[in-house]
Amino acid sequence: MPIGIIIEKCTGCTLCIKVCPFDAIRIMDKKAVLDLDKCNLCGACVPACKFKAILLEKEEAKTKVNVSDYKGVWVFAEQKKGKVQPVAYELIAKARDLAATLGTEVAAVLLGDRLEEEIQELIWRGADKVYVVEKRELANFQDEPYTHILVELIKKYKPEIVLCGATSIGRSLISRVAVQIRAGLTADCTGLDIDPQKKILLQTRPAFGGNIMATIISPDYRPQMATVRHKVFAESVSDMKRKGKIIRENFDNALLASHTQLLDIIDEIEATVNMAEADIIVSGGRGMQAPENFKLIKDLAQVLGAAVGSSRAAVDSGWMPYSHQVGQTGRTVSPKIYIACGISGQIQHLVGMQSSKIIIAINKDPDAPIFKVANYGVVGDLFQILPLLTRKFQEVLKK
Amino acid sequence: MNIIVCIKQVPETTEVRINPETNTLIREGVKSMINPFDMYAIEEGIRLKENLGGKTTVITMGPPQAESALRDAIAMGIDEAILLSDRAFAGSDTWATSYTLAKAIEKIKDFDLVICGKQASDGDTAQVGPGIASHLNLPQVTYVKKIEEIKEKTCRVQRMTEEGYEIIQAPLPALLTVVKEINTPRLPSLRGMMRAKQAKVLHWMTKDLDLNSEFIGLNGSPTQVVKIFTPPQRPSGKMLQGEPQEIAEKLVEIIKPELH
Repeated sequence: MPIGIIIEKCTGCTLCIKVCPFDAIRIMDKKAVLDLDKCNLCGACVPACKFKAILLEKEEAKTKVNVSDYKGVWVFAEQKKGKVQPVAYELIAKARDLAATLGTEVAAVLLGDRLEEEIQELIWRGADKVYVVEKRELANFQDEPYTHILVELIKKYKPEIVLCGATSIGRSLISRVAVQIRAGLTADCTGLDIDPQKKILLQTRPAFGGNIMATIISPDYRPQMATVRHKVFAESVSDMKRKGKIIRENFDNALLASHTQLLDIIDEIEATVNMAEADIIVSGGRGMQAPENFKLIKDLAQVLGAAVGSSRAAVDSGWMPYSHQVGQTGRTVSPKIYIACGISGQIQHLVGMQSSKIIIAINKDPDAPIFKVANYGVVGDLFQILPLLTRKFQEVLKK
Repeated sequence: MNIIVCIKQVPETTEVRINPETNTLIREGVKSMINPFDMYAIEEGIRLKENLGGKTTVITMGPPQAESALRDAIAMGIDEAILLSDRAFAGSDTWATSYTLAKAIEKIKDFDLVICGKQASDGDTAQVGPGIASHLNLPQVTYVKKIEEIKEKTCRVQRMTEEGYEIIQAPLPALLTVVKEINTPRLPSLRGMMRAKQAKVLHWMTKDLDLNSEFIGLNGSPTQVVKIFTPPQRPSGKMLQGEPQEIAEKLVEIIKPELH
């Protein structure tokens, strides 16, 4: 087995037991004993042991990549309808930090059709280079051609890090790419840093519904790939003095072929502000009592330029479309402000919104679990408070 | 129509909690269940088979106890079940997991559709579904909220996006990952539960699959965990008191600085 306890070093202190997510360690005769049927080799116990009594040996990869061949930090600049999505600028900001530490440069990869202004903007936002592939077939995202092209670009230019938004496009695309390249990929990172000695990417992400944080590395493979959710990092600022290099690539038509065919794109009217990118989300739950009462939520959202969210209870009652659902079986969001109205705060809801910067909860039940995560709580009648709030903002924002 | 559904057994996340006093995981009595998103995948598979005929096969990779998740799927109406379990698979990241599942699907060979839940509730990566498609070089559609039409050689589906949805046509065989909106999973029937008890679950190990040993388990995984820690606690909140008017004024003061 690749994991084992060095009996002579183990003091039976139980530190390892406390960090094991799989309940796979027991103390017998004052020594730790592993239950190998439960152990998943996750390695959580190894750094937890103060006596270096746990050994987890990962063999070095047989087919080694030459790590030093790979240079530069790349950002996949997702575009929709010809507009680069804000998450790309958030990633460029972070990429600049990482590149500065590594002493390398930042490149954006932009696939689409007729993107002239966007290329310039990527440079102004901090890309030293922009790799551009413009083709009619790439105007809208499709899994296969986008995968083929990104794979070819990575093989040709060998970046050491590739970052991508954890969006519906990014998560589909980058998983396919990582498999083709045989690269390590970490989803939904909330922290990215460079290990100062080893110069590798430290990728930190929540696991088990946000109850644990895990730091993940991919030391022997390149590029090191990560997706990051919206709003985790602040957007880089546009600086029109910045200069950068544009590298246009042309590819064989075979790489542009797609088995799937995009027939139509339908934007739903209610999603006027996209939840993933919203700075503020006003969200309603069972406490709204009836579908028509969601008007109070929508009115406030409109004044604030906010998105409308919903708990599962309200979606299951048919009051709101599923696309608005926040929580474990819906979307995960982390806006600057999340206003929960009449939402009790079941754990399944909390895992979808607890990384919001400020949480405001309005609920008539003082014992509602939502108040445990709220920065500001109001025990009261939302049917009184919401209209007042909407009116006050109408006054304040007019000035 | 032969359909393969990939599922994962996960802990009931509601019960994986941190004890704030000792700052450790509370695991006592943590039960396992089928990943919630996989329930929609199972249901969709069963519905398609009911309408079109054919066979449904459920497949999972995990420790021996993951067999109970497969039996739960049979109880709902899945025909056959395969457990991929071997010590050599332990420590797999999403690359190695999708590789191993892809190899098992390759062995099953005769299929028109692979359905996965959009992500698992414990890892939340959403990488294994597209990963399988990538290994098998299959067309994929992720975040499917509705199958509009399905024929022998093609399907037309709705794919959920941040703004709404897309309508995508895919040739078969293909891989779909599904979201909650696609259906409401059924409860197991009594007959299903009886069948699940007696059904034979195939158990495949490394020797049963055509695997490159460099690509499986801990050693075959490009990523590795170096640290696990508890997230910083949210600061304790403040309750706002007063008449609705006063409360609304206080809320304006809190929200206003964040508007631009």
